[in-house]
Amino acid sequence: MSNEVIIRIEGLEKKYILGEENIVRALAGVDLVVTAGSYVAIMGPSGSGKSTMLNLLGCLDRPTAGRYFLGGEDVSTMPDDDLSKARGKRIGFIFQSYNLIPQLTVIENIQVPLFYQGESLAESYDRCVELANMVGLGDRLEHRPTQLSGGQQQRVAIARSLANDPLMILADEPTGNLDSKTGTEVLEMIDRLNEGGKTIVLVTHDEKVAKRAHRVLHMKDGLIDREVIQKTVPGGAGRQSNSGLREINQATKPSDGALAGSANQSAH
Amino acid sequence: MLTHNFISTVQLGIKNLLLHKLRSGLTILGIIFGVCSVISMLAIGEGASFEAQEAIKKLGSNNIILRSLKPPENQSESANANRSFEMSYGLSYDDGARLQATIPGIRRVLPMRIIRDNVRFGENVAACQVIGTLSFYPEIVTMDIVAGRFLTEIDEKHRNNVCVITLSLARKLFPYQNPLQHSIKIAAVYYQVVGIGRETNMPEQRTQAGEIEGETLDQFVYLPLSTARIRFGETIIRGQFPSLQFETVQLHQITVQMNDTDAVESADPQIKSLLDKFHSQNDFEMIVPLQLLRQAEQTKRIFNIVLGSIAAISLLVGGIGIMNIMLATVTERTREIGVRRALGAKKRDITMQFLVETIVLSVGGGVIGVIVGILVPFVVSHLAHMKTIVTFSSVFLAFGISGAIGIIFGIYPASTAAELDPIEALRHE
Repeated sequence: MSNEVIIRIEGLEKKYILGEENIVRALAGVDLVVTAGSYVAIMGPSGSGKSTMLNLLGCLDRPTAGRYFLGGEDVSTMPDDDLSKARGKRIGFIFQSYNLIPQLTVIENIQVPLFYQGESLAESYDRCVELANMVGLGDRLEHRPTQLSGGQQQRVAIARSLANDPLMILADEPTGNLDSKTGTEVLEMIDRLNEGGKTIVLVTHDEKVAKRAHRVLHMKDGLIDREVIQKTVPGGAGRQSNSGLREINQATKPSDGALAGSANQSAH
Repeated sequence: MLTHNFISTVQLGIKNLLLHKLRSGLTILGIIFGVCSVISMLAIGEGASFEAQEAIKKLGSNNIILRSLKPPENQSESANANRSFEMSYGLSYDDGARLQATIPGIRRVLPMRIIRDNVRFGENVAACQVIGTLSFYPEIVTMDIVAGRFLTEIDEKHRNNVCVITLSLARKLFPYQNPLQHSIKIAAVYYQVVGIGRETNMPEQRTQAGEIEGETLDQFVYLPLSTARIRFGETIIRGQFPSLQFETVQLHQITVQMNDTDAVESADPQIKSLLDKFHSQNDFEMIVPLQLLRQAEQTKRIFNIVLGSIAAISLLVGGIGIMNIMLATVTERTREIGVRRALGAKKRDITMQFLVETIVLSVGGGVIGVIVGILVPFVVSHLAHMKTIVTFSSVFLAFGISGAIGIIFGIYPASTAAELDPIEALRHE
């Protein structure tokens, strides 16, 4: 179970044709395997293919070449509707600018992913209240995003990303708009999710943020230039770590064995 | 599950619309006006043509009405205005007999002489129309006999000095007495009242002779035709010496009752050509109620098309307003669309969401428009005393069109929203 492969990427390429002569190779054949329960950070300067990687991992886009298996299923050639379904079922998004829907309340925002899975608002209500409690916003269910601080909004976004019990959480600069204190709070929350067994893929500029991950992928010119398997995983006491080795990650796994349990259960 | 989500989508749509109350309100106004104008315009048109058609129907669709017409005066005659002259025109007894004998499909021919005069009972005087006619008059002109009887063939044969008067005339002349026991006086002759009747349909304006001017409304005295002929003569003298005018008219009106409407159509040209042979001058007119009815129906159809199109254009404008605002909304909510797509919304979910909003706007506008559209004709008929008829079909039509407009004008903005690239949409500021 711990070795269950969540993401398998083989020779992933993405080209953008901007003009007749102007073809941008945003990704130039990336290989990657991410197993269940791992915490991966992707870093890199702008133009390195980081965003393209994120879009492809998030099933928001399709690669020009190569294959992408998410939870064992090839999503690289899926039609649009199936791709939407894959996003809705298997991925939880956390964005830099929170991206809550302004006209919806906190609880309604958390319910959105389940709404598109065909669950009625009444059906999903209890579970989503639980998630709101988990991120400490149980008393703000009927507030609108504009009535919340940035940190609170990002916590709502985290609750929302968990609503569909996804295979992995894809976080795009989750602390980019937050001050360091609230940023740390959000990161700690993400750590706890990972401890609960959630697979996390996080895109960031910030070394400090990346430090928390098991693996850091440094991207350059559309390729994974270098991969660092971190020595210490903050908050991951008792976790095994393979110091300094460059290898396809099979090693990082929580030793406590509480792996695939859903985050909202184990967080309490 | 699907219906649950549909209801939620509708609720979401309403919620989104309520976020911008003024904007939604103004948008909806376009549809309200459109629907309201379709319904009320058609109602007013329907009412107007209904009245026209009722008036024509009173003439009887199986009837052909011939009226004597005073031919246009010659220049030489009017120049000698201070000299007496005599003129003779109009329909004759012979015309009636010829029609009866020649034209197939005729059931009855009803000749009428119509003279205006004053009628007296004791101190009471009233202006009235004296109508000399035959015993079957009530069957051709719908008429109730309230008391007594109508004229009979025996009255006709014996030129009895009897009369039937209308109810309103009876009320005026006999405030306290029973008319059936008395006689009335017209000119110098007394006529025994044998019956009181009431014409259930106000008759059309008839050609008439006589000295009394002014409205007589429904004050009629019916005499046997033969009696009227001997008592009043055929020549009416008008004016004062020395410029007397002698007008000789035998019959003022001939109502020809045909067997059925088919006979009316075939007889129409035959009667015309027959009478033309005997009337060198243009001294009669021919009214075919059936033809008028058809014309009125035709007019109504054109009227309805014109009114309907004007109203439909305003609905169209309303629809364009909706589309405009929805396109703006899509741009405004691009980010939201991106988020929803990222969270698992399919293209058709997005399409549905925006389409539902448009339909809520147009159907909401349609409902309010229907209510207002029913109220407006009601108010119009009260204030302007115009008859209005709100037909179910016009309500259905207007509502249907507004719904259709919601879908037609909603599809483009909704599909624009759905076709947005989620990545671009998420990046949108």
